[in-house]
Amino acid sequence: MAGSNKTSITPPRWLLAELTYACPLQCPYCSNPIDYANYQSELDTEDWKRVLTEARKMGAVQLGFSGGEPLTRKDLPELVKHAKNLGYYSNLITSGYGLTEEKIVELKEAGLDHIQVSIQASSQELNDHIAGTTSFRHKKEVAHLVKKHGYPMVLCVVIHRENIHQMPEILAMAEELGADYLELANTQYYGWAHANRDLLLPTKEQFEQAEQIAQAFKEKVAGKMKIYYVVPDFHEDRPKACMNGWGTTFLTIAPDGVALPCHSARDLPGLDCPNVKDYSIDQIWHESKAFNFFRGYEWMKEPCSSCDEKEKDFGGCRCQAYLLTGDMYAADPVCSKSPNHSVIQEAIDSAKASALSDHEKPLIFRNSKNSRRLS
Amino acid sequence: MSINPDQAIKFSPMHRLQWEEAQQKDVILYPEGMVELNQSSAEILKLCDGSRKPDQIIADLEQKFATTGLTNDITAFLEVALKNGWIQQN
Ligand code: SF4
Ligand code: SF4
Repeated sequence: MAGSNKTSITPPRWLLAELTYACPLQCPYCSNPIDYANYQSELDTEDWKRVLTEARKMGAVQLGFSGGEPLTRKDLPELVKHAKNLGYYSNLITSGYGLTEEKIVELKEAGLDHIQVSIQASSQELNDHIAGTTSFRHKKEVAHLVKKHGYPMVLCVVIHRENIHQMPEILAMAEELGADYLELANTQYYGWAHANRDLLLPTKEQFEQAEQIAQAFKEKVAGKMKIYYVVPDFHEDRPKACMNGWGTTFLTIAPDGVALPCHSARDLPGLDCPNVKDYSIDQIWHESKAFNFFRGYEWMKEPCSSCDEKEKDFGGCRCQAYLLTGDMYAADPVCSKSPNHSVIQEAIDSAKASALSDHEKPLIFRNSKNSRRLS
Repeated sequence: MSINPDQAIKFSPMHRLQWEEAQQKDVILYPEGMVELNQSSAEILKLCDGSRKPDQIIADLEQKFATTGLTNDITAFLEVALKNGWIQQN
């Protein structure tokens, strides 16, 4: 059966270049691995250029520069320029921290297509608390400058229990800032968000209320602003079609050069994720153990293997299955057909109990000290 | 929002139209997204350069493909393109 997968391998379309794990912010839902502080080495400029060139040749066209905070890389304009020459559509995914007007202009001239700025909340107090850094005013200023220089502006707000009550104010802020797109990203519980889940996971009622408000707003701004709504999968009964299918579309490269089929894949045991320093992107995509691991349907167990919905959701997220059931081959427990589905309700109940208790434990902020302590 | 017959149509500066060699297709690129186009949609969008009104686009395409009766199909596609923000008028 091994060969049968090979013929149907589609080329990567999306390259996510995590340039660095360095970041001046400390978001407690950060999707970087908990032990990121152990990965100090970073690819150099020439390696990144080669990765961009090889992936483009295979058909990747959307390119995300992310991190960490990608602006901490001095060679960002050079990489943007290289991407432009190759014909990528390049997206900068930034906290806005350290972004000046001069830099915005420099990146535009280098050929950057779009800047996505993340804001943590609609008020200064809460934004600065969640970011772990004073940054609210500067972020708003950056959003204005991004528009001023003709970029499409995407505002990204990660939603969780600490800010979900601000939904109306968040939407008003997006309108005031003139966002072309608003990404309302309900927290996905990996990495740091998993560690902080009791403090971040909202109740079902909170979700439903927030979703209703967002839906009404979507209709109001139709034609002016597009809303991307990342669904809160803990309150669904089917999992998300994670990564559009393993090894079909997305290629993530971590700061140290490790190639990942999804950004959490380095936490899965036994995948032996390859490094771009040792292999070409073509070899990695077609031949590596990691990228072939969950391709297709052969790897599945019941209830997924005989399920008539498997082509729709691919059994859900492998990292979530592993984190919550300890078995990376299991159905994503978000699925109501999963024998482990009760862990989701337990997580929701535990978060609710934590919210009601009068001595809630504090959030664990994403920083090197906590990273070393927890890994 | 619908197409005004008296105004020229231009491609949105917030999107990019590009030929993709690997896919052998024209695509529209925008923040974190991509739409693959069939050949006729791509031909229509390439004429949305700010110099042509809708009837000019139709006339040019009918001439290019030596045919007639494209008005309905092209108009319907332009409406979709406008709704998606790929093209603009004014
Ligand atoms: S989520 Fe926050 S802490 Fe993590 S990389 Fe982004 S800005 Fe930095
Ligand atoms: S059983 Fe598996 S394949 Fe079927 S819907 Fe649930 S997660 Fe998807």
